[in-house]
Amino acid sequence: MSVSYENSKIVFQGIKDAGITSLSALPETWLGLLLQQAERDPDVKLIQVAKEEEAIGIAAGAYFAGARHILLMQNHGFLAAINGIVSLAMLYGVPLCMLIALRGHWGEPYPWHTRGGIVTEGVLRALGIPFEYARDPKTVGRQIREAYTFSQSSLSPVALLLTRDLMEEAL
Amino acid sequence: MKRAECIGMLYPELDDKLVVTIMGACAQELYDLGHKDNFFYLQHAMGLASSIGLGLAEHLPHEKIVVLDGDGSVLMNLGTLATLARYRPRNLVLFIFDNGSLLSTGGFNSHTTSGVTDLAAMARAAGIEHVAAVDSVMAFGEAAIEAFGRNDFGVIVAKVAAVGPNHYGMDLHLPENAFRFKRWIAARKAAEAL
Repeated sequence: MSVSYENSKIVFQGIKDAGITSLSALPETWLGLLLQQAERDPDVKLIQVAKEEEAIGIAAGAYFAGARHILLMQNHGFLAAINGIVSLAMLYGVPLCMLIALRGHWGEPYPWHTRGGIVTEGVLRALGIPFEYARDPKTVGRQIREAYTFSQSSLSPVALLLTRDLMEEAL
Repeated sequence: MKRAECIGMLYPELDDKLVVTIMGACAQELYDLGHKDNFFYLQHAMGLASSIGLGLAEHLPHEKIVVLDGDGSVLMNLGTLATLARYRPRNLVLFIFDNGSLLSTGGFNSHTTSGVTDLAAMARAAGIEHVAAVDSVMAFGEAAIEAFGRNDFGVIVAKVAAVGPNHYGMDLHLPENAFRFKRWIAARKAAEAL
């Protein structure tokens, strides 16, 4: 299975169209092509982290600074970042717009991704984090824009789950 | 040397800087000197103070950022040293008060107590060029002046006694702190733009 170049471009364009100028990320396979575009784009600041929880702090700093910032991570990175999400973002009313690659779900061939994929939606619900699935390249741009808008109005973390349908080439 | 003495020395320099401090004793000692809206107290989420500092520094190149961190917090997010080394925010100074203790949660020894783990050495090995390790008030003051004047990312690891304030409490709700901190920055940006 390979990552969809076309749809990675569409997602990146969606990020740009939402007026986002700053990204924090930990690279992962589905996000690779997207992050390469961010690296090449002079209008976008990309900050790579060593572990995803750092990005919660960076996103808070970016928000205080007035920057339009989103976070890109794998769902396992989301799971690794939960204390920061709860005890910084939620505690202080700091919005987070998270684009999360949903590995380990329908169609997943790799055993090591599966447990994280199975629990992701339940953890999001338990935390009260609003989320949507992004499956269709035709609507993902609007979903990114709306996720960002909602994070800012609700002062809450918001998650857009990037699915296999969107991120991998169709067979 | 006590951390409160160090923070007391820094305090007059903090009027025009964005300050992010970790939880517990460190936050309380800063607050007790007099709250300002350019101070953000991270009362939980241990380890992320320097990450907030990086986020501020990267997006506010004209502001000076000060992070007041501790050994227990840094040990929870060691990756931050490498991330900071990579991005080298030239408008950020990171103070790590190393009291060798998880003081605010009961005073258990931290990993630095034995002297085996050296946070300054770890910061250097992460690739941070300007790292000072100090254990006297005089040396702390000199290192701080040098770091503020340098216009480059610097880390100061200050060995301090494991003592804190005899009371805790702030007349400041956590979201209120965040809102006022953000507004202070926005007002500065608006004034700059005039």
